[in-house]
Amino acid sequence: MISPIISNTFRFLFLALLQVVVLNNVGLFNLFNPYLYILFILLLPFETAPFFVLLFSFLLGLSIDTFSSTDGMHTIACTFIGFIRPMIFLIITPRGGYEHQITPNLKSMGAPWFITYAIIMVFIHHLILFNIEVFRLSEFFITLARTALSSLFTLLLIILSQYLLSNSKKR
Amino acid sequence: MRNLGIFFIRYYSFFLFLFLEVIAFSMLFNSNNYQSASFFNSSNKISGKIFSISSNVESFINLSIVNDSLSIENARLKNQVLTERYSNKINTGVYTDTSMSFQQYTYIQAKVINNTILKRNNYLTLNRGRIHGIRKNMGVICGDGIVGIVKDVSDHYCSVISFLHKDSRISAQLNSSKDFGSLVWDGLNPKIASLRDIPTHVKVKIGDSITTTGFSSIFPENVMVGKVNSVSQKDGDNFFEVSINLSTNFSTLRYVYVVSDILADEKIKIEGGRIND
Repeated sequence: MISPIISNTFRFLFLALLQVVVLNNVGLFNLFNPYLYILFILLLPFETAPFFVLLFSFLLGLSIDTFSSTDGMHTIACTFIGFIRPMIFLIITPRGGYEHQITPNLKSMGAPWFITYAIIMVFIHHLILFNIEVFRLSEFFITLARTALSSLFTLLLIILSQYLLSNSKKR
Repeated sequence: MRNLGIFFIRYYSFFLFLFLEVIAFSMLFNSNNYQSASFFNSSNKISGKIFSISSNVESFINLSIVNDSLSIENARLKNQVLTERYSNKINTGVYTDTSMSFQQYTYIQAKVINNTILKRNNYLTLNRGRIHGIRKNMGVICGDGIVGIVKDVSDHYCSVISFLHKDSRISAQLNSSKDFGSLVWDGLNPKIASLRDIPTHVKVKIGDSITTTGFSSIFPENVMVGKVNSVSQKDGDNFFEVSINLSTNFSTLRYVYVVSDILADEKIKIEGGRIND
């Protein structure tokens, strides 16, 4: 078993690089653009102190901004979902609480819980990101459509990656 | 006092959150400042290196498309060379004095190492920087048309605001009538832009070409922009909105030219420091 610090550092670097080199160029008609990198924030262990969750979300957003010249847009959205993560845990507590699980991933928490969690986090992140990027209300409905479609794309990738990677690992 | 301390410790994550968000928002709003010290953009050294590597892989895959576009451009340039033409003009003994004219625009060749077209605000990164003579607010064009405007410069790289951006506004004219308006991108299709503020008395022909006006010190005059696709008028509006098929194919952009205007500083000075696109 790999130490959580090493595996999370590796995940941070891998997801950030994947996002800026590959996924920023993947999309269709300006509407679907996946932001898989927030999977890092989703998969931070339950026990991580809020201080570190916020700090890592901030750093992750900052590194994506650095590579895509977006001046703080990703940082704003990432820090926000890093902040609301504990509240979402409280809202969607599974029956029996969070006792023996370490990481909020699909395998340990089960598909319904994980997908609900992912939908909320991804949608809020994308909504903030796209609205800050456009920064005008006259295009609100187009932005909303882009948010919804991109969220679907991101969710699809998150769930796929969870199924592909969690089966090969033995804990 | 002690209670205040306990309060801060108890809700520290909220205050940390506020603090980090303030930093992020100040990055967002300071980005437009002329003098902003911006390390956190794609023209810095680390991201430049990574994009160079990934673009090398990509350029190998796209080699044939790039070759085609370069050979087409070569042919077009060859057609413009005067010696290729048959001239009816006979030498009448009047010589042009070369001290009376000089080259105003020079072009710096650059390679695109990162590019997006799918967002509302798109940026490119080029492998040329300050030591090659690139400065902020220079225009970027390619063989087919306009590309964008330089935003940040480091020693070896520069980051460019693509024309596909919510704030891009480029002065462009109808080739046949020379009526000009401002060219903006609606944010949906990377192949279509719209030319606004064309008065309704102007006869706009479908298929007419659109070129730059040269009113700004960013792009030279008569750089191709695109062709008229359709014309519409909103209710109660005194201007046409002309839909344009852009001539630049942003999705296959590889080699571009950065336009350097020798007289840019002089022109900005006389216009009172304004930089208009």
